[in-house]
Amino acid sequence: MNNTANISIKEVSKSYQDNIAALDQVSLEITAGELFGLIGPDGAGKTSLIRILATLLLPDEGVASLNGWDVRKDYRTIRSNIGYMPGRFSLYQDLSVEENLHFFATIFGTKVEENYDLIKDIYDQLAPFKKRRAGNLSGGMKQKLALCCALIHKPVVLLLDEPTTGVDPVSRKEFWDMLGRLKAKGITTLVSTPYMDEASLCDRVALIQKGRILDVGSPNEIIDKYKHPLLAVRTDDMYRLINDLRTFDFTHTVFPFGEYVHLSLIQTVWPEVIASYLLSKEHTGLDIQAVKPTIEDAFMELMI
Amino acid sequence: MKQLGIFIKKEIYHILRDKRTLVILLGMPLALVLLFGFAITNEINNARIALVDLAQDELSQEISARLAASDYFTIEDQLPQVADIEPHFQKGKSKLVVVFPEQLQSNTRRGIPTSIQLIADATDPNTATTLINYAQAIIYSELQESTDNPKPPLHIQTEVKMLYNPRLKSVYMFVPGVMTVILMLVSAMMTSIAITREKELGTMEVLLVSPLRPPLIVIGKVIPYILLSLINTAVILMLGTFVFGMPVEGSLALLGLESLLFVVTSLGLGILISTRTESQQVAMLISLMALMLPTILLSGFIFPIESMPKLLQIISNIIPAKWFIIIIKNIMLKGTGFEFVWKETLILLGMMFLFIAASVRNFKIRLA
Repeated sequence: MNNTANISIKEVSKSYQDNIAALDQVSLEITAGELFGLIGPDGAGKTSLIRILATLLLPDEGVASLNGWDVRKDYRTIRSNIGYMPGRFSLYQDLSVEENLHFFATIFGTKVEENYDLIKDIYDQLAPFKKRRAGNLSGGMKQKLALCCALIHKPVVLLLDEPTTGVDPVSRKEFWDMLGRLKAKGITTLVSTPYMDEASLCDRVALIQKGRILDVGSPNEIIDKYKHPLLAVRTDDMYRLINDLRTFDFTHTVFPFGEYVHLSLIQTVWPEVIASYLLSKEHTGLDIQAVKPTIEDAFMELMI
Repeated sequence: MKQLGIFIKKEIYHILRDKRTLVILLGMPLALVLLFGFAITNEINNARIALVDLAQDELSQEISARLAASDYFTIEDQLPQVADIEPHFQKGKSKLVVVFPEQLQSNTRRGIPTSIQLIADATDPNTATTLINYAQAIIYSELQESTDNPKPPLHIQTEVKMLYNPRLKSVYMFVPGVMTVILMLVSAMMTSIAITREKELGTMEVLLVSPLRPPLIVIGKVIPYILLSLINTAVILMLGTFVFGMPVEGSLALLGLESLLFVVTSLGLGILISTRTESQQVAMLISLMALMLPTILLSGFIFPIESMPKLLQIISNIIPAKWFIIIIKNIMLKGTGFEFVWKETLILLGMMFLFIAASVRNFKIRLA
């Protein structure tokens, strides 16, 4: 498709006044039409990177371009051709849903009707509330409206900074469904998120931590790199369980993971060995299962 | 153009939907003008005075009657003797006591020097001085008329003529002043708040990542406030004219244009403040401290610039309000045309370009 664009980031560094590097020599290549996830905890540098691409911040070093437009020189072209959704809800709370959409359509020199097909799926859900002030919408609705406003001018690149943070699980799922449909329309999308489970919904992801890219690849590639045997363990006393597993001879890492503890091992061990070890430590209600690693396990492994 | 149109429309929605601020913006000029007009005034009306009439003759009666007949005084009490004055003042019953000496009339007729004593409560020195002046004027005029000899020999009389404000009404001073303060407040403070609000709510981030050019954002933000300021100007002028009888001698069109110039100058200041601040509170504080206070104190609105220390006189020159007050007083009271205020207009114009150039330079096209 000709309305798609790639994103190229080469050795970009950025630090703020406190001299702590928010981004440290970050390089990424995002191909046209890709749904790319930037996964990392709070403070990893996700927002800084997205703001640099949105031309809101200048990188200290390195070059970045969208569709060949340089973020320094061609910022005006970029601004007219991308859709950007900041991490914080940034629409006019005292304007209604309709008015917000109309406003953003007009300032981008287009009409709501012109690209309506692009936002139709999303806007249909908002339509019953179109007279409501944006400030009175639920968190999920606000994000859907913000996405509509970012899409209304048919951008070639969509930059979404933590669009699902603070949104309920159902709305999160709906939101990702929409991103999937946008991908079908060929819009290159860069989306950042602190939720590891959302990574599997992307074509490719970059794991970012403390301003450095830890790994880039498709979710499966990243998971495949995880080589340790992995077990999900739970007992009646989870707190003591973590401490006891840490002193277990074959333990590689132990992390709490939902209701379970994810235990990775240095080598394959019979589950019975672990069970007898835990029984010797007087644990009750044992539950040990072999599990497949997830992105989160891969991320934890990379973070060590 | 379409973009500007929708931006202005959006801004008007913001203003109209923020009911509380709107009430303040439109109600404040009303409240301030009425407050200054009726309450905060240095004119004396119906001040309570007391008399100690030791003469009890025709002349003392006539003077008393004249004092009582004037709008300035109400005779509160007649004291029998001089010794009663002190306790009377201490009770705070009146501000001024007039003492007529014995044989006032016969002594005056015979040409023997006599004096009528005026004792004022000077805890408020300004009021005391004003009261004494009023009382003196009334007593003199009575003496003039009552004595058979209208021209006392070798007596030089000064004749005072107050030009442009013959009755020394304070309304002539505060209408221009209040107008200046309100225009400054609406233009500078409200625009600086309106722009920093976009920064604070994060909407500026979205506006920046759009094809909108910064000048367009600023122009779109300020046009509604220009309209609001002009409405306020009209309200203040109408109140001044119809309620307080303030004259507008000069051309209304010129007055309107000069007001527009001052509004745009203040807007420039407001934008400048907003480019330097990140939050509404800071913008408001800076507007209040750096703009409102000097506008009230150093513009000649309340305190005459001529009586300030040299340093403050110099500082007052950089305050746009000073020049605007000079201009509108000239137009409203003296009825002068543009040829007499072109210098001040030029200074304001210069300031306007300076502020706007500085704010365009300072407007950040990126975050941080």
